[in-house]
Amino acid sequence: MAIFEQKKTRTAPSNTQGIIPWIRENLFSSPLNSIMTFLGIVFLYWIIPPFVQWAYIDANFSGTTREACTSGGACWVFVKMKMDMFMYGFYPQNEIWRLKTALGLFIVLLVAFKFIRNYKISFLLLNIYFLVAFILVNGGFFGLEHIPTDKWGGLMLTVVVAAVGIICSFPIGIIVAFGRASDLPIIRSICITYVEFIRGVPLITILFMSSIILPLFFPEGMTFDKLLRALIGITLFQAAYVAEIIRGGLQSISKGQYEAADAVGLSYWQKMLLVILPQALKVAIPNLVGAFISLFQDTTLVLIIGLFDLLAMVRITAADSTWLGMETEGYVFVTFIFWAFCFTMSRYSQKLERQFDTNLR
Amino acid sequence: MTKFAKLSLTAFVLIGMSATAGTLEDTKKQGFVKCGVDGGLPGFSEVVSGGVYKGIDVDGCKAIAASVLGDASKVKYVALNAKERLAALQSGEIDILVRNTTWTQTRDTSLGLNFAGVNYYDGQGFMIRKNLGVKSALELNGASVCIQTGTTTELNVADYFRANNMTYKTVAYDTNDQVIQSYENGRCDILTSDASQLYGLRTKLKDKANHIVLPEIISKEPLGPVVRQGDDAWFNIVKWSFYAMVAAEEAGITSKNADEMLKSNNPEIKRILGTEGKMGANLGLNADFAYQIIKQVGNYGEVFERNVGTSTPLNIERGLNALWSKGGLQYSPPFR
Amino acid sequence: MHILRNQKIRGIIFQLLTILGLLAFLWYIGSNTVANIEQRGIQTGFDFLNGTAGFSIDETPISFSETNTHARVFLVGLLNTLIISVIGIVFATILGLIIGILRLSKNWLVRKLAAAYIDIFRNIPVLLQIFFWYNVVLKSLPGPRESINLFDTIFINNRGFIIPQPHVNTTFIMVTCSFFVVFIIVFFINKWANKRQEETGQDFSVLIAGLILLFVVPSLTYFISGANFDFDYPALKGFNFQGGKSISPEFLALTFALVIYTATFIAEAVRSGIEAVNKGQKEAASALSLSEYQSLKLVILPQAIRIAIPPTINQYLNLIKNSSLATAIGYPELVTVFAGTSLNQVGQAIEIIAITMLVYLTISLVVSAILNWFNHKMRIKDR
Repeated sequence: MAIFEQKKTRTAPSNTQGIIPWIRENLFSSPLNSIMTFLGIVFLYWIIPPFVQWAYIDANFSGTTREACTSGGACWVFVKMKMDMFMYGFYPQNEIWRLKTALGLFIVLLVAFKFIRNYKISFLLLNIYFLVAFILVNGGFFGLEHIPTDKWGGLMLTVVVAAVGIICSFPIGIIVAFGRASDLPIIRSICITYVEFIRGVPLITILFMSSIILPLFFPEGMTFDKLLRALIGITLFQAAYVAEIIRGGLQSISKGQYEAADAVGLSYWQKMLLVILPQALKVAIPNLVGAFISLFQDTTLVLIIGLFDLLAMVRITAADSTWLGMETEGYVFVTFIFWAFCFTMSRYSQKLERQFDTNLR
Repeated sequence: MTKFAKLSLTAFVLIGMSATAGTLEDTKKQGFVKCGVDGGLPGFSEVVSGGVYKGIDVDGCKAIAASVLGDASKVKYVALNAKERLAALQSGEIDILVRNTTWTQTRDTSLGLNFAGVNYYDGQGFMIRKNLGVKSALELNGASVCIQTGTTTELNVADYFRANNMTYKTVAYDTNDQVIQSYENGRCDILTSDASQLYGLRTKLKDKANHIVLPEIISKEPLGPVVRQGDDAWFNIVKWSFYAMVAAEEAGITSKNADEMLKSNNPEIKRILGTEGKMGANLGLNADFAYQIIKQVGNYGEVFERNVGTSTPLNIERGLNALWSKGGLQYSPPFR
Repeated sequence: MHILRNQKIRGIIFQLLTILGLLAFLWYIGSNTVANIEQRGIQTGFDFLNGTAGFSIDETPISFSETNTHARVFLVGLLNTLIISVIGIVFATILGLIIGILRLSKNWLVRKLAAAYIDIFRNIPVLLQIFFWYNVVLKSLPGPRESINLFDTIFINNRGFIIPQPHVNTTFIMVTCSFFVVFIIVFFINKWANKRQEETGQDFSVLIAGLILLFVVPSLTYFISGANFDFDYPALKGFNFQGGKSISPEFLALTFALVIYTATFIAEAVRSGIEAVNKGQKEAASALSLSEYQSLKLVILPQAIRIAIPPTINQYLNLIKNSSLATAIGYPELVTVFAGTSLNQVGQAIEIIAITMLVYLTISLVVSAILNWFNHKMRIKDR
């Protein structure tokens, strides 16, 4: 009688192991592949060394004036000297601590969220944070000097516009999505009109409308701040996209969920807020993050209506007579900031997508 | 549902009540003058370090704040591009526009605006690179022209080239910053704008000495403060705040000697400074409104010299903007 | 109180209240607007469209001069919007397809490069990309007198690309027409080939036949119609190049930015389309001993397209809407010249913005209609 005897697994044949077979398999498996690899290497060689040369090897980092930039590469001294402008716009120098405090509090809040498991407390904390941040940034209370919005600028303005757009568009988007899914014909058609109209026109026309026409809608003497009008435009714009995404989430909820909620006698709002919405949001979250990334990118459009966001700062700082002609450094720096923000968010949304994906199985 | 109805009703009532009587009262109530400027034009209105506004147009805003509120610093500046400026004024976002805006018949009549004077007599010119060897605007056939869009400039240049049977290519942008950047990059051969602006924009070029302003002036560009139609009290205030600066120069009152001049026996000076007559009351302002302007902002000559005069990088002669008594066009109706 | 508990009645009351609220709001802003317009003496109505524009536009697909009306300005702007949209869509599709396919390449390096391209460019705001191409790349090009000269026919400088322009003569018209003829022929060959394949199972390579036709027919036409291509060559005269066709830097910057940005999304759509095809389908295809090409053409692509096309069409729509960003660099499309320059000259913001929005809305609705039609046509027929 044969006795079962475990044999050691044999290692794979040597020609499929290690770095050389890997290269052969992945880079040179066929003539076409070899050509493509060659082209890829040429392309990289063409792009990367000159860029590194310009941005790092030949670049100037130390010094305080234009004269310090002698070596012909990028003049990062410019970015260094104008850093406050890029970050905070024209915000008064000795009030910048307020912005830094607001940022610090936000980080504290994020850490706190790691530990607080109660959603109600989190929600409350978040709201308190917004109030505190507003008071800090805007001033006018508790002896803090009021900083008018025309002094706001740079990355801080970009973040404010994006954050307000994201936060305010969310409840509106949810309501519109409910309206669009409701069986009341008039409500539904109003919501459809709204969503289709906003999604059909470019953001820039909405911004023109909110900056030029909106004031005509209200009686004389009642004026809105320029920033506020941009925020209204952005929020209304974003709300339509949020609504559309949430509608997608709502559609994925099976009919049984609605019927079950009705069967236990929940009211419409109880049904929607406690049963349907949480499930719909879960489906919608990766797409929502995607929408927020494009909103973050779209904030650059406010420069066309004369607000000084991060992108607008490139032109303003490079128009300074002591730093003329430094746009390239400015654009590269600003590009990097935008890219870092958006890339992080998109990686995050991919992570969420995978997380939720596994949950479904 | 009734809760919603009540809420919306109160909202409407509240919004409705905030509609008010006149710009003067509004301004006094809110404690600052809402003034539209360019914000990117050296000498006229420019944001210098720390977000401080400077320039001849900015001083126009300050003069209104000094006369109405007694404090020249009480101005909320709104930086506007050429495109937004008139709409911003029409909509009430700003109460006065001092943004090198040309006084034209159409703007004065059909757009619901009133021009309250001319704070700078200008004309359109051309700037070009020296090494192209052009001496006259008549040699510009076939050139590419950088223009700021939404200005009379755009119309003038079309007329000029058409009248002289020349062709050209327009390259038009929203902001002066992009105009100057594209000119610097070589996108166009010439840059056309009001001559004063050309001098200002030239200071933003890397190699200033390599650019000249051609001698031809192709248009009349009276630039001045603008207000909305329909509020004559405010219109008068803006008009006479400006004339006060001109009259002060005529009478020899400066920011430095204003206090001494208070003691002057000259009846014209006394009327300007408000120690005699009721010039202030006529406008609904304090008697010393002109004194405040002169003391805090200066007379017209001082404002001109400080911002665009020969001692500044712009280096502009008084020319048409000299007092009428010195061969120019600046002239104030009498304070009487 | 019993009535209020009835769901139907509550629904009706709620809707009535909403309508009343909406009407009250519209009436409120409407009456304010009318009052404001009257008080400020702003002109209203659409008469301004017949007024003389007075300004000139550089790039016009139809003739335009200072003496034309604002209505003509609108038309020029609209045409330029359409031109940039069509060109942008064509190139974005080509680039997106290539990147999307490379993204799934067996070649590790190529795959990573494609992924890097997507990760870099979709995360940079498109307006920033426009500015970058316009203000940074343009700056490094030489002036007209130092142009990069390719064989004395194509010139590259900071005024754009200047290429020879063919005169419209018989040869030109005939050859242009012959291309359309080829496309029509290929369309019918394709139909015939499909039919034959369904009936007999014999394959016919439409691609190769098409390429041959595309080469043969126009060349034949060229010789038959007199072999007389007559180009207008650009030449430096005075300040600028005269003659030829010049493609402005504004147009180039806008096209580059829109194509590069939109292509990242199309590439992702293409990739997810191909990846979404069930592995079993590929295996089934090879089990039926279909060749690689056959399996791609007959099994993978028909399914992948169904998934990839709707997001791609949405991206087309985004590209059209993003073309309005031209206003930042002054390419004379609708928002720049009509909602920009014309608005400045006549000051009637409400009418002009409304017309502009309406145009985009119409375009969107047309594109959505196409998308719906496509979804309907392509839906997998239930068996």
